Amino acid sequence: MNLLYAKRRFINGFNLAMSLGAMLFGLFWLAWILITLFKAGIGGINPAVFTQMTPPPGSSGGLFNAIAGSLLMTTLGTLIGTPIGIMAGIYLAEYGSRGWLAPLTRFINDILLSAPSIVIGLFIYALYVAMVGHFSGWAGTLALSLIVIPVVIRTTENMLKLVPDTLREAAAALGAPQWKTILQVTLRASRAGVITGILLAIARISGETAPLLFTALNNQFFSSNMNAPMANLPVVIFQFAMSPYEDWQKLAWAGALLITMAVLGLNILARVLFRQKTSL
Amino acid sequence: MELSTSLPAKQAVMADTPNPVDPKRQQFYDLLFRNTTRLFAFLVLLLLAGIIATLVVGSLPSIKQFGFNFLFSTQWNPVTEEFGALVPIVGTLVTSFIALLIGIPVSFGIALYLTELSPRWLKRPLGVAIELLAGIPSIIYGMWGLFIFAPWFADHIEPWMNDHLGKLPFFGPFLEGPPLGIGMLTASLILAIMVIPFIASVMRDVFDIVPPMLKESAYGVGATTWEVVSHVVLPYTRVGVIGGIMLGLGRALGETMAITFVIGNAHELNKSLLMPGNSIASALANEFTEAVGELYTSSLIELGLILFFITFVVLSLSKLLLLQMAKKEGKGT
Repeated sequence: MNLLYAKRRFINGFNLAMSLGAMLFGLFWLAWILITLFKAGIGGINPAVFTQMTPPPGSSGGLFNAIAGSLLMTTLGTLIGTPIGIMAGIYLAEYGSRGWLAPLTRFINDILLSAPSIVIGLFIYALYVAMVGHFSGWAGTLALSLIVIPVVIRTTENMLKLVPDTLREAAAALGAPQWKTILQVTLRASRAGVITGILLAIARISGETAPLLFTALNNQFFSSNMNAPMANLPVVIFQFAMSPYEDWQKLAWAGALLITMAVLGLNILARVLFRQKTSL
Repeated sequence: MELSTSLPAKQAVMADTPNPVDPKRQQFYDLLFRNTTRLFAFLVLLLLAGIIATLVVGSLPSIKQFGFNFLFSTQWNPVTEEFGALVPIVGTLVTSFIALLIGIPVSFGIALYLTELSPRWLKRPLGVAIELLAGIPSIIYGMWGLFIFAPWFADHIEPWMNDHLGKLPFFGPFLEGPPLGIGMLTASLILAIMVIPFIASVMRDVFDIVPPMLKESAYGVGATTWEVVSHVVLPYTRVGVIGGIMLGLGRALGETMAITFVIGNAHELNKSLLMPGNSIASALANEFTEAVGELYTSSLIELGLILFFITFVVLSLSKLLLLQMAKKEGKGT
C-alpha cells in the first residue's frame, strides 16, 4: 500500500467520520431542546393549566383562555385557508400545463411558502387592524389562513400530480365531465396526501407567533368575541417568558411543552398517514 | 345514468326534468369549475401584490421623510423621531451569514450521511428526526435559547473565546467582548440550528436524484465514497445544492421569534459579535405594537418592506436554481 492510497483512505475516513459527526450534531440539539422542554414544562402541567385563566403576576392560574383562543383561531384559519388552497392547487395540477398563470402562481406560491411570517402580520395589520382600529381574533385568523394557503396549495398540487393519468382517462372514457373527474376521482385518489398537507399546515400555524403579535395581540381573559383581542398560546408564551416573574415563566414552559407536543404530534401523524415522500 | 329507451312517453318526462348528463350543462359546469379554480390561483398573485402594495403605502410617510438615507442611517430614536435601518439590516445579514457558515457544512454532512452512509433501516427515523428540528416552533427555540443556551454559552464558551480567539489578528475584535450570553453570536448559532433541517432536506433530495450509474461507474474505477461524493455527486447537484442554501438563507433572514429572545434588541452597531444587536424581524416583533406616532409605525413598516424585498430576491434565486435542477432531473432519467 503506497502513500497515495493511504492518504486517500485517510481523507475518506476522516470526511465520513465528520459526516457522522454532523448527523450527531443535529440530533444533539433536538435532544437537548426536547429534554429541556420536558424537564421545565412537565412540572407546570396540572389541571389548573387547562381550567384557569392567565393570572396577573404573582398569583397562580392557567392557560385556559390562551388554549381556547389558539384552538379557535387555528381552526377558523384552517377552515378559511384550506378550501382556497385546494382549489388553487387543483388549478395548478389539472389545468396548469399551459398558459402563463400557472407557472407564475407556482413560483410566487413557493416564495410565499418561505416568506417571513411577520410580514404577513404587518400586511393584515395595515389592511385590517389599522382600518378597523383595534386588534381582533378575526385579524389573527386571517393572518393564519394566509399562512395555510401556500402550504395546502403546494401539497395539493404535488399529490394530484402523483395520480396516474390513466385514472383520468378512464373517467373521461366513461363520459365523466372534467369537474366530476377531478372532484370524485383524482381528488379522492389523493385524499391521504391532501390531508397530510392540511395537517402540516395546522402544525405550522399552531406554533406561529410573529403574525399574531400585531393582529390578535392578547387578552388576559377568556373571550369568544372574534372582534376583540384574543388570547393565544404563542403570544402568551412570548410575554410570560420575557417577564421577570417566576410564576409566569413556569406557565410559559408548560405552554411551550403543550405547543411543541401538539406540533410534533401533528408532524408525526402526517407522516404516518402518508408514508410516501412528500417534498415538504 | 340511464340508457335511453326509445319510449316517447319516457322521453317526454325526461325533457321536463333536467337531464344530468346534458352535455351543454356539463360543459357549462366544466367552464365554471375551471374558472373558479383559476380565480383562486389568481388570488395568490393578488395576495403578493396586496402585500407589496400595503407595505409600500404604509411606509410612504417614512420614505418621504428620510428618503434613501433611511438605508444608511444608524439613528433609531423614537423620541426625536429619527429613524434609520442600517443597524437592523446589518444585524439581519450578519446573523444569517454566520448561521449559513455553520449550517452549510453540517447540513452537507447530514445529507451525506443520510444518502450514502446510513444503514437502510435508520434512514427514515433519522430523516424524520432532522425534519422534526424544523417542526419545533421558533418561539421554543427562543425560550430555550434565552433560558438554557445563552447562560451556558456565557459561562463556558464566551470566556474561552475571550482568552483564545480574542487575540487572533483579524477575527479577534469580532470574537471578543463581555460574556453576556445574549448577543449577535448567540442569535446566529440558534439560527444555524434552525436552518440546518431546511438545507439538509433539500441537499438530501438532490443527492438522491443522482443517477446510480454515475456513482457506480466512479466506484467501479476505484473511487472512495468521499471521492464519489466530491467528484460526482456534488458537481452533478451543484445547482440544487446552491438552491437549498438560498432557501435556508431565505428562512434565516425572516426568522423572528427565536432571534427576538436572544439578540438583545439594541439599536447599535458593535464590532464585537458578543454584544447585543438587532435584526429587522426582531425590531418589528418588539416595537411594533408599542410604536406611537405615524412616523414610528411607518418606519417599522418600511423595515418590513426591506425585509420582504431581501427575502423575495433570495427565495426567487433559490427557486430558479431548484427549477433548473428539476429540469436536469427530467433529462437525466
